[in-house]
Formats: sequence, C-alpha cells, structure tokens
Amino acid sequence: MPIITYREALNAALREEMSRDDRVFIMGEEVAVYNGAYKVSKGLLEEFGEMRVVDTPIAELGFAGIGVGAAMVGLRPIIEFMTWNFALLAIDQVVNSAAKMLYMSGGQYNIPIVFRGPNGAALQLGAQHSQAFESWLAHIPGIKVVTPGTPYDAKGLLKSAVRDDNPVVILEGEMLYNTKGEVPDEEYLIPLGVAELKREGGDATIVTSGKMALVAMQAADKLAAEGIKIDVVDLRTIRPMDVEAIARSVQKTNRAVVLEEGWELCGIGAQVVDFIQRECFDDLDAPVVRVHQADVPMPYAKNLEKHAKPDVAKTIAAINKVLYRETV
Amino acid sequence: MATKKKSDARPGDAALHRELLRSMLLQRRFEEKTAEAYALGKIGGFCHLYIGQEAVSTGTLSMLRPDDYVITTYRDHGQALARGMSPRALMAELFGRIDGCSRGKGGSMHLFDRNLNFLGGHGIVGSHVPVAAGVGFAIKYRGGDQVIICYMGDSVVNIGAFHEALNMAALWKLPCLFVVENNGYGMGTSVERAAAISDLSRRGAAYEGMDAVTVDGMDVFEVREATRAAVERARKHSTPTLMEIRTYRFMGHSMSDAVHSTYRTKAELDEYIKRDPIEQLKHRMLEAGELDAAAWDALDTTIRAEVQDAWDFADNSPEPPLEALYEDVLVDTVS
Repeated sequence: MPIITYREALNAALREEMSRDDRVFIMGEEVAVYNGAYKVSKGLLEEFGEMRVVDTPIAELGFAGIGVGAAMVGLRPIIEFMTWNFALLAIDQVVNSAAKMLYMSGGQYNIPIVFRGPNGAALQLGAQHSQAFESWLAHIPGIKVVTPGTPYDAKGLLKSAVRDDNPVVILEGEMLYNTKGEVPDEEYLIPLGVAELKREGGDATIVTSGKMALVAMQAADKLAAEGIKIDVVDLRTIRPMDVEAIARSVQKTNRAVVLEEGWELCGIGAQVVDFIQRECFDDLDAPVVRVHQADVPMPYAKNLEKHAKPDVAKTIAAINKVLYRETV
Repeated sequence: MATKKKSDARPGDAALHRELLRSMLLQRRFEEKTAEAYALGKIGGFCHLYIGQEAVSTGTLSMLRPDDYVITTYRDHGQALARGMSPRALMAELFGRIDGCSRGKGGSMHLFDRNLNFLGGHGIVGSHVPVAAGVGFAIKYRGGDQVIICYMGDSVVNIGAFHEALNMAALWKLPCLFVVENNGYGMGTSVERAAAISDLSRRGAAYEGMDAVTVDGMDVFEVREATRAAVERARKHSTPTLMEIRTYRFMGHSMSDAVHSTYRTKAELDEYIKRDPIEQLKHRMLEAGELDAAAWDALDTTIRAEVQDAWDFADNSPEPPLEALYEDVLVDTVS
C-alpha cells in the first residue's frame, strides 16, 4: 500500500471530491495561487480553476459567511482556515449561522459545508497560535466535529465530511501534516461518528483523538516494552461521539486515561469521564485520569512549552497511576 | 437621491398601484394585530415591528423575480409578507405553532420560506451580510442571472462583517443588493452617534465597482426606481449595489421599547408620521382617481379580515409535538 503524508492524503481527498461533484469548491486564504499555507490545496487551482479554488482577502468572518450562503443555496463549500486560531474571527458563522440554520428554519435549509484547518499547538508559536478548540466546537449542536489523527483517517474522514449534508468541522494538526502512513489508492470513506480501536491490549484504555492519537500510540509502544498492554481508542469524531467504543474498551480493561490536547476545564476529557462514570461505574478498578495541556496560555520558551503540553511521558505516568503501578 | 416624482405613476398603472397599496397595508394591519397578540401573551420573545418602513419592503421586492433570493434581519415580518409569505404561516410562527413558516422553531426573528427563496430573518447584527454575499457567489458560480437582496439596519454599516462582505462582493462582482434601511436608530442609538459618516451610502465609495445610492424610503415609487436600476446592473453586469433607503420606524425598537422613548421625541415621530408611506400612496391614488373612499374601505376591510383569519388559524394550529425538539438538528443524508 502506498505510504503518503497526512497533507497528501487531505489533498487527494479534496481532488477526488472536487472531481466527483462540481458543486464542491474550496475557499480560504492562500489556497489557490500560493498552493495553500500548508500546501494542502497544492495543484488544485491548476486543475479546477479560480471559480472553484478561491483565494480570499484576510477576512475569516466574511469568507466563512460566504461559504454558509453558498451552501444554503446548493453549493458544497470547503472553507479553509489558515489555523483555527484565526477562525475565532469567524466563529459567529460557524455557531450562529451554520449550526443553527436547519433548526431555526424548521428543517428547510441544511448547510452542507466543511470548515477545516490546523488546530492545536505546533512548535513555539506562542499563545495566540497554539490553541486546541475541540471542546469549544463540540459543545455546539448542529455541527459535526472531526479530528483525524492519521493520513488514512484524514482522507477517509474528509471525503465523508464533504459528502455529509451537515456542517462539518475538521480539526487537523499542523504537526501531523508531514506524518506518513498507509493510504490505499482505491477510494474509501470512513463514516463520521465511528471511533477506531487503534491498538488492542487488555491492561488499560487510552481514549483520545486527533494529534494525541499519535502520542497515545507512542506511549503504548513504550509501555508494551514493559509488558503493559494498552487499548487505544481513537474517537476520530468528537461530535457525535462514539461512546459505545469507549464502553467496550473500558468494560474490558477496567482502567482508563483520557488524553486530549486542550485545557482541562470543560474539556473533552470531562465529557468522556462523565460517560465512563455513568456507564462503566461497576467496571472501574481505578479513578479515570486525565492528561491535557497545563491551564495556561501557551508560552513561547521551548522548555516551558514542552512543560505545558500533554506528551508521552505524562501519558505513561497517567497509565501507571490507573494501574497503581510503582515506578522509580 | 433620485429626483423623479411619481416616476412610474402612469395611466394604466392603477392595478400595480393597488397591488403596492395592498402589500403595504397588509404589513401594517398584520403588525398592528401582532402588537395586540404580543400584549395578550400569544407571542413571546423578541418582536420587532416594521410599521413605517413598508415602502422599503414593497418597493424593493415588487421589482424582484420569484427565483431571486431574499435575506434579512430580525425585523423581518414586512419583507416576508411583501415577498408573498402567507399571513397564516407567519402568524402561526409568531404564535410558536407547528403550521408556522419555520414550524414554530424560529419565531419572529427567524422567518424562513424555501418556496419563496426567503433565506431567513437573522438575529445577529451584520452576520447575514456575508451569507448574502455567499448566495451571490453561488449565483455567479452557476452562471445564473438571479440577484440576492439583503436587508439590514443602519447600525450594520459599523460592524466588520459589513465591510468584509461588501469588499468581496465588489472584488468578485457578485449580484447583490445591499439595502441599508436607515430608520435613524440602531435600537436607541442614533446614526449620528454611531457612524463616523452621515450619508451611509458613501460607504460604498470604499469599493470600486459597487454602485451606491440614497433613496427616499417613504416613497414606494422612489424605492422601486432605485431597485429597478440596481437589479438591472446585477443581472446584466453582476455588480453589487449599496442602497441606503431612508425610512423611519413608527414603533419602538422592539415590543419592550416605548414608541417614543429617551432617544427620540414625539415631535420627531409626528413629523415622520406625516410622511407615512401608505398615506402618501393612498393620497396619490385618490388624486389620480385610481382609488375612492369606498375602494379604500373595501381594501382595508378585506385585509383586516385576512389578518383576523391568520390570527384564528394560528390560534388553532397545534403546538409542535415534543418529539420535534430533537428534529432538524442534523439531516441524515449525504450527497
């Protein structure tokens, strides 16, 4: 099977969906002439022309709203945000327009739109460019929130998102764009709202998604060397959340760690823990432990940034805690 | 400002004039009844009346085609009726009933009608202006010759979404009519206290390729003529127009705001009431012999009956079933 990058997988998904359906277009800052700030849209302008690959001014609120309007009357926009940090300027269109239109019109206007772009911290980008918005967005009924962690998932989930008749938010990872993985040449789709058991082991469960799935797999590798076998449940979609997949794993392992990139308070982990304590109360052999970013704006200094981020070491420490495992 | 008077008051237009009068009077009588229903607690939430501004909705929408698109703000009853929404569906929506145009889920601020290409009343000031530009983008994308008309209050010209949308509409030549209904006040803040410009249409000068006009919004014919020109430009050349239509609301900002409050005087209100757009058209038609007292009475009686029928219909329409709570959050389909 061919091995390609996460960026190439997204690019392939865009190309395939734009070829399949001429209502699909991509719009955003630097998506056309520049080939994409992160080159996700590379080559698309040449292939599909300027009506379908549209460079915008730096005006997130404006072009997000243009996407909503175009979707309202039958087009299928893919709106690229250079980062989700900038999408805060457009959040009104995501939350008040896209997510509400179907409901407040009594079912008359669905909004088939994809809002996508990198989310979360990269390396030393400082406080304003390093935020993970999963919990903000997942809070809102009326949208789906997708967090692909691998090239295979990125392609299959993006293709499903484009075909979905609802607004879909895709949170990509800046640090994931260069990661590689197996992606078949033949077409495939990954259904939204279905988690994947990325690794199977009976001792404890890590529930995670997106970029943190990679961290979870690395932690599981290290633990395996010590004879500890981990279930890694990659949610892949945060809303709707595949809670059955969480239950299946926790009822087997009886111990769980929830690993997320964002902050603790009202984070995704809080929701997952709430589910586990309600549905798996009698199965638990230890309190669920959460791993997340430190409750501070992201610092610039390399050592402080590393200290703030969830990582492999913190994840292993959490696993040891739920296993009541003494370590030196 | 356009200068022609009675610009399309030609002989033989009596039927058109009667239709314009009917459209405006329907809005007026409907909203008088709306205020009554609100006082009785049959309508809840925020409710913003359009009384005084009817020449804007009727004047503009009488120049559009059925396949054109309409989008507006939370002050949306007038445009919905002028676009042809059934008074029954509208009143049922205000009453929060299942037969409402948005199945009781939208309310006064969120009127939608897909059959009329009526893309909603929107509740966040400025938010729908980029959405309108997006509809214009879709029209151009498909190579159609429709237009989108986007209504907004005068306060919208001060919010960022307005600039972002108008910039891209001009840059990309989108067939949009941006209609600023300048009724003098954004809630209780006068235009003079909110905008660092007195002629709001001059904002259009910031966008090359965008026409900008100022129109007397108390004269339905002036509104029609300005709209005719803007629609023609949009259809033929796919260019946007910024229309500042000067009007006045005779009621408070919303039902919780007194008719004349701390921010405006009764004397000012009375001056505008003298220019009531419905009275102006009525008198013009009386003078032209297109209308007599008996015909006026008959029209008024018919419309009052139609509005009463809408009330009765809304009153008898069931509340949405509780299972509707969880419907219309997402659709189950893919394409």
